[in-house]
Amino acid sequence: MLDRMISQPILELQNVNKSFGHVQANKNISLKVNKGDIHGIIGENGAGKSTLMSIVYGLYQADSGNIKINDKLIEIRSPHESILRGIGMVHQHFMLVENFTVVENIILGFEGEFVFGEKLNQAKENLTKLCEEYNLKIDLNATISDLSVGFRQRVEILKALYRGAEILILDEPTGVLTPQEVDELFKILRSLKKQGKTIILITHKLNEIMALTNKVTVMRQGEIVGDKNTKDTTKDQLAEMMVGRSVLLRIDKKKPNIGDTVFEVKNINVKDNLDVMRVKNVSFDLRKGEILGIAGVTGNGQTELLEALSGICQVDSGEIKLHGKIISSKKIFAGPRQLREQDVAHVPEDRQRMGLVTEFNASENLIFGYHHQQPFSKSSIMMGKNIFNYSKKIMRDYDVRPQSPFLLTSNFSGGNQQKIILSRELNKDPKVLLVGQPTRGVDIGAIEFIHQRIIDMRDKGAAVLLVSVELDEILSLADRIVVMFDGELVGERVNENVTDREIGLLMAGITN
Amino acid sequence: MEISTDIISLASATLRISTPLVFAAMAGLFAERSGVIDFGLEGKMLTAAFVAASGAHVFGSEWYGLGLAIVCCVALSMLHGFASVTHKGDQVVSCVAINILMIGLTTALAAAWFGQQGLTPTLTDDRRFFEITLPFADAVSGVPLLGPIYSEIISGHYIFVYIAYILVPCVYWVVFKTSFGLRLRAVGENPSAVDTAGIGVELTRYKALAVNGVLVAFAGAYLSTAINANFFREMSAGRGYLALAALIFGKWKPKTALIACLLFGFTDALQIRLQGVPLPFVGVIPVQFIQALPYVLTVVLLAGFVGKAIAPSAIGQPYIKER
Amino acid sequence: MVKAVDRTKVPWWVSNAIVPLINLTLAFIVSGLFIFIAGENPYQALKLILYGSFGYLEGFGYTLYYATNFIFTGLAFAIAFHCRLFNIGGEGQAYIGGLGVFLLAFYFSALPVPIVWLLAILASMLFGAAWAIIPGYLQAYRGSHVVITTIMFNFIASALMVFLLVDVIRDRRQMGPTTEALVKEQWLPMFKNIAAFFGFKVGYSPLNISFLLAILASFGVWFLIWRTKWGYEMRAVGHNTQAAIYAGISPKKNIILAMIISGALAGMLGVNEVLGVHHKILVNFPAGYGFTGIAVALMGRNHPIGIFLASLLFGMLYQGGSEVTFDMPNITRYMFVAVQGVIILFSGALENLFRPQIEHFFVNIMKVKVTT
Repeated sequence: MLDRMISQPILELQNVNKSFGHVQANKNISLKVNKGDIHGIIGENGAGKSTLMSIVYGLYQADSGNIKINDKLIEIRSPHESILRGIGMVHQHFMLVENFTVVENIILGFEGEFVFGEKLNQAKENLTKLCEEYNLKIDLNATISDLSVGFRQRVEILKALYRGAEILILDEPTGVLTPQEVDELFKILRSLKKQGKTIILITHKLNEIMALTNKVTVMRQGEIVGDKNTKDTTKDQLAEMMVGRSVLLRIDKKKPNIGDTVFEVKNINVKDNLDVMRVKNVSFDLRKGEILGIAGVTGNGQTELLEALSGICQVDSGEIKLHGKIISSKKIFAGPRQLREQDVAHVPEDRQRMGLVTEFNASENLIFGYHHQQPFSKSSIMMGKNIFNYSKKIMRDYDVRPQSPFLLTSNFSGGNQQKIILSRELNKDPKVLLVGQPTRGVDIGAIEFIHQRIIDMRDKGAAVLLVSVELDEILSLADRIVVMFDGELVGERVNENVTDREIGLLMAGITN
Repeated sequence: MEISTDIISLASATLRISTPLVFAAMAGLFAERSGVIDFGLEGKMLTAAFVAASGAHVFGSEWYGLGLAIVCCVALSMLHGFASVTHKGDQVVSCVAINILMIGLTTALAAAWFGQQGLTPTLTDDRRFFEITLPFADAVSGVPLLGPIYSEIISGHYIFVYIAYILVPCVYWVVFKTSFGLRLRAVGENPSAVDTAGIGVELTRYKALAVNGVLVAFAGAYLSTAINANFFREMSAGRGYLALAALIFGKWKPKTALIACLLFGFTDALQIRLQGVPLPFVGVIPVQFIQALPYVLTVVLLAGFVGKAIAPSAIGQPYIKER
Repeated sequence: MVKAVDRTKVPWWVSNAIVPLINLTLAFIVSGLFIFIAGENPYQALKLILYGSFGYLEGFGYTLYYATNFIFTGLAFAIAFHCRLFNIGGEGQAYIGGLGVFLLAFYFSALPVPIVWLLAILASMLFGAAWAIIPGYLQAYRGSHVVITTIMFNFIASALMVFLLVDVIRDRRQMGPTTEALVKEQWLPMFKNIAAFFGFKVGYSPLNISFLLAILASFGVWFLIWRTKWGYEMRAVGHNTQAAIYAGISPKKNIILAMIISGALAGMLGVNEVLGVHHKILVNFPAGYGFTGIAVALMGRNHPIGIFLASLLFGMLYQGGSEVTFDMPNITRYMFVAVQGVIILFSGALENLFRPQIEHFFVNIMKVKVTT
């Protein structure tokens, strides 16, 4: 009897399903989280972890299934309701007001009085007590913009605790932290557990699972594929469950005919637009005739790396050389146009934000970035006929549907939009191809076609840099594989007899 | 002695001329801090001027005029809110529309109702506001230095002037020392953070716009029922934009916006004083150049030569719940 | 609350013709209300407007003359809008453009007339562009909002021109501040003259061949925006600045370019007013045409064809409006400024007010299909 009471789940999900359009993000999820546990949920990109927790927090509503808290069936329609039920969430993107102080951010919406006075002092006292209780050394009067990312995260945790959270969900919390900050966070989480709080940790990093959690659930492609006590399993086992024994789409490819070095990347550091260092001391070479695959879960610096290589942003330090000439350093910065002139093509990861202008029609997007070159424009006049014929041809070659050059791009499906970008960049027969997530949202038949074109490019002597979160894709295409984790390159392998488990471990931060 | 009377009259004029700018800037502060662009201060100020003057004339009291002006300006602010907050329309277009609409409608109705080419009838003395002499002003005017400051510069203004300068610390207090102000500022910086805290983003913006309407009404009523005795067409003469520039230059803070307004007021007072007066080296500056001074100053301020101004982060973007 | 209809299922003509038309109708209903409040009969006013603008030849001539101005200022606003810029400075840019026209025609009168015309057109564009380049630069490089800076430049233009007209280029023989008149040979041929050449006797109207220049400019703008690299880049920057950077397009350069072209177009209004109608600079000759250009552009969905149609509409409002102000003492021209504001409101800010209902009606109830 006592056993049953102790292992009463504080949170239970029963047969939860959630789809976005045709994509089923959560398939029949049933999960029990016990009170006082640190429960890890691990999986690759697209496994469905964040979606599931967003449902628990009230940001989305499940299509079907039940949520129970303390064995009571409940409905959560908004974050406000989940907060009232004692659920707090620390998101990847913090919900903080930059120029407010810590106190102001925490009491926002829960001030308790019109004019700040009594209740504010009370709140400050309570917060100070909470800080002591949970070992969160925060200066309550500091302004958020002055705080490091690690401290901002603590503010989010404190905010959740102040609002009465008994269950604290953390979504990829260590992505933006330094190693020391990670240690501090772990200390805090352990002390929260000691005080009886329940913690759900969403992560792709096996280290964290092994170090912190006492239970771990593995998700893959929307389903739960494993649910274990942490002490009963190993990293290897978890990695295997994470990446799975999926059917690999291996393409028959010849041995690479590797030529001269095209890109020389030396010790570069790149910041994102929030001034956080995202690429840390990365060095590598890219050579003609090879496909270099960069594997890794989203958010480990790949985006910033691609942007630095394609001339969209400048490196903070270090240098990038193309054909021996520096194109990016602290002092020098060649933009995307110059790089295109040097036959460097770039398929960006985020097609809507960067790769396309959705308000343009298909033909206008098919020449985007090359519009100033012949035959598309002569003396600054756009040659409509040439553009039309070109568009028709590529749309046919790459099977873009519908084959209507004048149709607005927003009317194409995601997969076809991706094909528009790919056809644009690949058709140029570039000397260097930088490509991020080439088959995101593309149907199976087209994936094979696109992969074949990339191989063809490499066989013709192009240098290809492939960034992908799909391990299958990397293993299938790359000649050499490096893994990005936390902004650094960890582990380089030649793609011969490499197992997905090996790469999976690297992707999850295990380097030995 | 010539110089000191000049200074005194300049100082007094500065206070007087800055008053509508202060009201308008404070109005703009509420709207913009909540994330709603308000280029429509000009049109609303003009509306208030027209309604206040007409109302005072028709209903026999300047206070009725002021009250009506408040009602109308709040209505216009609500319209702007409806178009931009509820219907997620383009906020700039909405402001431009309201401005053009009211420039036309005020004069058109003035002409239609009162027949004098767009002037409202001159208000009789009992229907307008008057300068107020503060107690003891005459008695202390003889006291050296402090006397004239009290009796000439501080005393003798319309009630609006006093309200305006008391308003500024009040606005500061509301915006920075109350929970309403906290939420207001939060909505303008990070609406998602506010939404997840359970506060209605749209409702907060509407509240801010209501305050905006009330405050800008004072600016307009001041123009037509205090320093002038009627409304005439386009009498706001760009003050709504100057107030906005003052707000931007003042980095959306009450105190610094006030200083900017005083600067504009001083410039305007100065230009009146300098008209036709020969300056050393340059001679007489053409009157039009001096009249253009406030507008040139606005451009210079906005060009950020006096520091870059950072707007509330969420300004101008309608709040759409992220999915 | 009607659920929004799937974008792809709505035919072109419902989005771009029916919805604007209904918005316009709403605007007119509200305007009628204003006229009623002003103490006149809206229906009567409408009849006067139609008669005044189309009822007789000279009236139609006036309508087209006004339309000429609106085409220039409408194109000016539209081209800046394609780059996501709100150029409210059309008034000032037109004013300064007119200055350019006059200076050139007056001081270079020794040159053959056709050359003078050509140079005057160029001068109008140059001067107008010069008035827009500073706000453009400040927006691109300093982030100063172009709405405020262009409005300020309107005021500065006003002050500058008054100064020039009163003190510098004034015709001392006249009472009021205007310049000397240009010689008759330099005047642009008017519709009246052309008609007389073909043997038709036509009454006076200010319509002149600058109307053709406006049509030419419309074609030029269409070509620029949709058929040149510059237009392509401006539109990219206006739609998606991030993507533009990816494609190697410079947002800063294109912002400035858009403002320059916009100012040039507004400046061309000076050709109509100075060279074609008044033959001298009158104080405040832009008289609100710059602001009307905004309404015209928004109504015309920023496309030259729409702008042409909207210009005709507003020309009709102006000309018919002056007929109304003549016959109805309670209505002044300011009423029509108010009407413009209402139109901008319904066509711009509230353009989606009834869009869901209208689209729902056509797609779901009338089962109208999209033809690819």
